[in-house]
Amino acid sequence: MNTKKSFIHPYIPNSVPEIKEKMMQEIGINDIEELYTDIPDFLRFKGSMDLPDPLLSEYDLKRHVNGILSKNTTCQESISFLGGGCWQHYVPAICDEINQRSEFLTAYAGEPYEDHGRFHALFEYASMMGELLEMDVVNVPTYDWGQAASTAIQMATRITDRTEILVSDTISPDRLLIIQNYCSPLLKMKTMKTDYETGKIDLGDLEDSISNKTAGVYFENPSYLGCIEDQGSKISSITHENDALCIVGTDPLSLGVLTPPSNYGADIVCGDIQGLGMHMQYGGGHAGFIATHDEEKIVMEYPSRLFGIIPTVVKGEYGFGDVTYDRTSFSKREKGKEFIGTAAALWGITAGVYLALLGPQGMQELGKLILQKSQYAMKRLSTIDGINILFNQTSHFKEFVVDFNKTPKKVSEINELLVKKKIFGGKDLSKEFPNLRESALFCVTEVHKKEDIDKLILGLEEILN
Amino acid sequence: MSPVKNMKVRNFHQAKWDEPIIFELGSKGERGILLPEIENEIEAVIGDGFSKIPKHMIREQVPCLPEISQMQVLKHYLRLSQETLGADLNVDIGQGTCTMKYSPKINEIFAISPKITELHPSQPICTVQGILEIFYKTDLFLREISGLDQFTLQPASGSQAILTMSSIIKAFHDYNGENTQRDEIITTIFSHPSDAAAPAVQGYKIIDIYPNQEGLPDLEALKEAISDRTAGLLITNPEDTGIYNPYIKEFTKMIHEAGGLCGYDQANANGVLGIARAKEADFDMCFFNLHKTFSSPHGCGGPSAGALGVKKELIKFLPVPLVRYNGSEYLFDYNVSHTIGKVRSYYGVVPAVLKAYSWIMSLGREGLEEVSRIAVLNNNYLLKKVLEINGTSAPYAKGHHRIEQVRYSWNKLTEETGITTEDITNRMVDFGFHMWSSHHPFIVPQPFTLEPTESYSKAEIDEYIAGLAKVAEEAHSNPEIVKNAPHRSVVHKLITDSLDDPDKWAITWRSYLKKWKNDRI
Repeated sequence: MNTKKSFIHPYIPNSVPEIKEKMMQEIGINDIEELYTDIPDFLRFKGSMDLPDPLLSEYDLKRHVNGILSKNTTCQESISFLGGGCWQHYVPAICDEINQRSEFLTAYAGEPYEDHGRFHALFEYASMMGELLEMDVVNVPTYDWGQAASTAIQMATRITDRTEILVSDTISPDRLLIIQNYCSPLLKMKTMKTDYETGKIDLGDLEDSISNKTAGVYFENPSYLGCIEDQGSKISSITHENDALCIVGTDPLSLGVLTPPSNYGADIVCGDIQGLGMHMQYGGGHAGFIATHDEEKIVMEYPSRLFGIIPTVVKGEYGFGDVTYDRTSFSKREKGKEFIGTAAALWGITAGVYLALLGPQGMQELGKLILQKSQYAMKRLSTIDGINILFNQTSHFKEFVVDFNKTPKKVSEINELLVKKKIFGGKDLSKEFPNLRESALFCVTEVHKKEDIDKLILGLEEILN
Repeated sequence: MSPVKNMKVRNFHQAKWDEPIIFELGSKGERGILLPEIENEIEAVIGDGFSKIPKHMIREQVPCLPEISQMQVLKHYLRLSQETLGADLNVDIGQGTCTMKYSPKINEIFAISPKITELHPSQPICTVQGILEIFYKTDLFLREISGLDQFTLQPASGSQAILTMSSIIKAFHDYNGENTQRDEIITTIFSHPSDAAAPAVQGYKIIDIYPNQEGLPDLEALKEAISDRTAGLLITNPEDTGIYNPYIKEFTKMIHEAGGLCGYDQANANGVLGIARAKEADFDMCFFNLHKTFSSPHGCGGPSAGALGVKKELIKFLPVPLVRYNGSEYLFDYNVSHTIGKVRSYYGVVPAVLKAYSWIMSLGREGLEEVSRIAVLNNNYLLKKVLEINGTSAPYAKGHHRIEQVRYSWNKLTEETGITTEDITNRMVDFGFHMWSSHHPFIVPQPFTLEPTESYSKAEIDEYIAGLAKVAEEAHSNPEIVKNAPHRSVVHKLITDSLDDPDKWAITWRSYLKKWKNDRI
């Protein structure tokens, strides 16, 4: 390479002139340029990419990147009560240890022979999720909850041969945008009303809206606003009476203490596994799961990879492979089910490690801790003048809506003042749910100590009084 | 005889731990990790937290998860990692189309910094200026590399970027009031399956263009396919054959004249950085796989990222938000007039973006050009040597050089010996190699696709060639050893019938116990 001074880049071994020469000789060329003769001149880029000078030494690169990253303030440096789709949970050290292993980090699409461990680990991930969800089929993870819900909905339309979907109106607005983009224009999305007294689904509206055109009914439990929907059995009964499928989006971290959706009639369950051992990574840690019962007509509608356990020629040896590969777009292109490609497998492996570490007791204790801490925060917050907890008569998991309408300040102002106290307040809902006006979605998990919650209370009292 | 003299294959043996399924490990009462204790003051006020939950919403039995102590969990997963052949360990040139290059470790160090991992995506903008700067500058870099005007880093993969292109095509024709009429997407059979499958999800009828005798997508077939129903073209170049289509500008011109948009799948960009761009070929959109060309690791199949760029006229359709800089602060722009909405939650796969940024910063303009030149040099060296192995061929474009990869065929060897690509794939495992066939359908019979990238040394490429030559030689001298391979892998020959049998397939352990062990029914 000819820059100011000649060097061989550590990432490009065959830049060494003698090697380059030898290889060119072998090919029968004098200049690498000859290898590009098939690209016509008018398609060649004649200019010069305007990029910064490279940071060739690893030390300089590290100084530079760390310099940029140091401009961030993290949820370790401030106390954060943000949730709403990405959650701060404790990540056990072993989760990081495993997903940083060279083999898992850099493997890709090997066959079950050379990548046995990858198949094995992802089969175990699906198996442990299956136990948590009490369902027999779980996919290799997709991109995120939004994609998982989109595909769950598409599956329902193919299984029922109908095109209408009912979606609860408290779904995460961002998730709804993903679903709408994915499912338009072929599917018709109708919203199902929430009873804003209770935060739960308005069953009367569901009965009015559902028809013999409805492919599926999608709701979330806990809801985006944190409410535990306790009418699951009624919703699924109404859904099934209309020969539609009941689709439930859920937070897997709630299932150590809450009844899994399969127990109240869900046919397809989906959600995000970010909380199961992935750091938030500014929203980079998401992966979506889809789970169903093991019925052929349902399994055949998955677009995802499904890894199955099989025997080998050696008795007692476990092997793995792709279940019904012919469903996929890898096999059938546009005639396969939706599409499949690289998604978020490493996070699936990590979630498996997390579930193995937590075990049955850990998942139950985790759920209990989150219930206790979030209830404590709600109780303390509701003692502050002018602050109300919305849907207070309904039970919550992890998240809840704080109503600031009776205080003199807007949520945005309150949050700005909290930042100065090194607190990230709840997510401002005034744009996402204009009907709730000045309200915020707070999230409390096992990472919050009593002193963190007390600091929030003190901070809010100072700001509001 | 091997085309690489004195180069031996390795007497390899993969780790075989005969590892049980995790449910067979541990014993009741073992714990992998403990959680913080609840503070007494909280418990005194709140109680056990369950009293507020309706009884029927409280889980009756704890989930049947394994109970294993910490070191034993660690050991289990370390063993499984050793039973996986990652790109850091093997000469991973056998996974053509996927650009298995070196993922620098320094970039992993950045990605595990709490300054990234502990950021919540809804934090106040003033607390995330660092990561937004990375997003903003990566967009600027990719504009230079492609010649296009604005990138979104939101799509989480190449396939999701294809879906995004399809959505933008739909939004564009909606905007022009032509959506109902334009219901066809044209692609080529040598483009990734998702170029056909993703737009089909949104209702597009797909027309696949097949190659002509030179291996190029057939221009006459394209002419026939184009009509007033054409919504757009989604195409790779070079395609998975490694042949650069010199007529690509005629393709984009014809599509434009018919009123369609052209989307460039740049999965195969590794040979043309700084050499040929989307702009000169007149594409309206393009995307790069940050986990391929831009070095972010593949993670057993993700997380990944598909960075999607568009021309000025299409910025108004991009997913929200875009990252802008107002001269003093980086911020989000949700004011995108005809946005398609969102394709992935929040802003994209942040660690992949960070690694791509760092990789570009470590190479600069000349470095990126060198990446491509050496990737192409390596590929043509490999081509020359592979064709010296008995039984191989490289269909199409005889005598031409290729760009960054080649789709080869073992067909001659199969005809002579009965040994197939699948057999060879299984035998290559015994030497520590992976060899992939190709995407379906197998237009090239008995296909295999090699892409040596810029990362592998000549000695490593020679070793891979020696592996291929060895197996080709065995196909004649000892076909049984190839047919019964692998012999030195983690597992022996798999019995795969049950994978397509609904009564026998077992996608989870609980299903396996029911179907194979008559348990838990």
